[in-house]
Amino acid sequence: MIIDLQKFITEERPFWSELEAVLVKLEKRPELRLSLSRLERFHYLYQRTSGDLAKIKTFSAEPNTRVYLESLVARTFGEIHGSPEKPHRLAPLHWFFSTFPQTFRKHVRAFWICLAAMLVGGAFGGFVIVVDPAAKEVLLPFSHLLGDPSERVAKEEAADDDRLAGAKTSFSSYLMTHNTKVSIFTLAMGLTWGIVTLIMLFYNGVILGAVALDYVLAGETPFLLGWLLPHGAIEIPAIILAGQSGLVLAGALIGWGKSISLKARLRKISGDLVTLITGVAVMLIWAGIIEAFFSQYHEPVIPYAAKIGFGALELILLVLFLTRSGRRTKSSQLGVESKIYHRHTQADTDTKK
Amino acid sequence: MMVDKINSLTIRTPEGIEFSLMLAGPVTRFLAWSVDLLLILATNKLLGVLLGVLGIISRDIAMAAGVLGFFIVSIGYGIVTEWYWRGQTLGKRLLRLRVTDVRGLQLRFSQIVIRNLLRFVDSLPVLYLVGGLACLINRRFQRLGDFVANTIVVWSPPLDEPDLDQLLSGKYNSFRKYPHLEARLRHHVSPAEAQVALQALVRRDEFEPRARVQLFQSVVTYFKTIVTFPQEATEGISDEQYIRNLVDALYRPNTTESMR
Repeated sequence: MIIDLQKFITEERPFWSELEAVLVKLEKRPELRLSLSRLERFHYLYQRTSGDLAKIKTFSAEPNTRVYLESLVARTFGEIHGSPEKPHRLAPLHWFFSTFPQTFRKHVRAFWICLAAMLVGGAFGGFVIVVDPAAKEVLLPFSHLLGDPSERVAKEEAADDDRLAGAKTSFSSYLMTHNTKVSIFTLAMGLTWGIVTLIMLFYNGVILGAVALDYVLAGETPFLLGWLLPHGAIEIPAIILAGQSGLVLAGALIGWGKSISLKARLRKISGDLVTLITGVAVMLIWAGIIEAFFSQYHEPVIPYAAKIGFGALELILLVLFLTRSGRRTKSSQLGVESKIYHRHTQADTDTKK
Repeated sequence: MMVDKINSLTIRTPEGIEFSLMLAGPVTRFLAWSVDLLLILATNKLLGVLLGVLGIISRDIAMAAGVLGFFIVSIGYGIVTEWYWRGQTLGKRLLRLRVTDVRGLQLRFSQIVIRNLLRFVDSLPVLYLVGGLACLINRRFQRLGDFVANTIVVWSPPLDEPDLDQLLSGKYNSFRKYPHLEARLRHHVSPAEAQVALQALVRRDEFEPRARVQLFQSVVTYFKTIVTFPQEATEGISDEQYIRNLVDALYRPNTTESMR
């Protein structure tokens, strides 16, 4: 049976328009909080419009009004049933010093797996260089690493001119963007159930292991450490953290031992993925600056001891940061618990009143 | 592998109301992305001109700003616009598309970031081949970024409500003398059939004269098989007027009742 469409629309339109006006306001200003009375009115309008939609679906063939009402109900549904994030007050320091390391620790198992993949790759690369030095040409994709390490060290140390003069900033920005892209790719490859992510880490390990052994065997260990540690102490862990985020994604896709749906699993980790990859980007910005402005200068410009010391200090600070920063101490936990207890007892008192 | 596609996603609210979101197909999305790409390229071009001026002072800093600027604009454009316009970029606004949560809920910031970061993979190797293939395989036309972020892209068709007053006013309806037949008509005609009659009237001026006559003739013949009005009610009226009476009876039954 078909209702009197025109009368229906004429009578109900003011309510739809009112609901739409509130929606537009809420959509334009997500931080807006409605008063209780306005919230009740909003809910009433939502229910009324939902009822109208149900009526028009049952009784009428008018598609435009139906589509319009569906759109209104859909938008209101999102507003009412969505779990809006807390109003955005930018707190980058809190995010960096608490949220990021906490998220790292939450998924630390994925980090250990990635570290293991890279170490295995490193061991393999080193082993290949030891047993077959000629394989260097196959393993290493960078031409400046194919030559004799001692010759390169002698050349670098004898250089009078600054070969990066006038290009350090652009080189630094290139490193930042390139490494961030690679990290995002490593994260995305979690979609392959983490297989490609682990292969990428393994391959990075192979290159690193091959280069390291090549220089160590040539007796150029101080140069190697002085060259790689200042930026590598942050850059290499950053790449492993990118792998960690890839494995977190893979874990959500596979869902071993988790009884929630795939969608729910993905929803659960989405914030963590963003936190990890943003943290990685921050680390890579630092590494890019150090690599362009510091790592490329060797003795006699900067003593190796200073470079190695700087790199070791960075590594220690990074480990402390990732393992300790943002940790809830017993006293702070007790403080939170007592606050919660206080709030509950207060609520009980209010209810009894 | 092709998968059975669905054109719309039906969501049932806890109140028991169902609503549908029309899913946007790969072609519409590609067009919207093309608009966005043009905008990104134009922004980068503009940035290049500005950095050219900066290059006079320091070529190194200008180049660095160029590299960073291009990277930030490429990634940040989608994130910022979709966050600010609640799921829309400029291209999506033009084509009436919107990114939304797969459950119809509000988009969270992390969802927007993830779907935009994974563009890197979706756009591989060229022209969104990976994303396009993922769209074809996925029932909800989700590219990889959408799949991971739990988002879909929906299309809101333009709303154009017919003005029944203008459509039906000033004409005598000979069917009103037969309320029992009108009631039978309303009982037997399905919503889709009623819509055919209404749309024929709404769009009558879009047809060639001959096609218009043929169309109304066929529609009348069809409706006569559902309910037949007496000859005195239909005598001397054109097929178009027949449909007008029919639509009046179907869509405005209370008007008929008030006349009695």
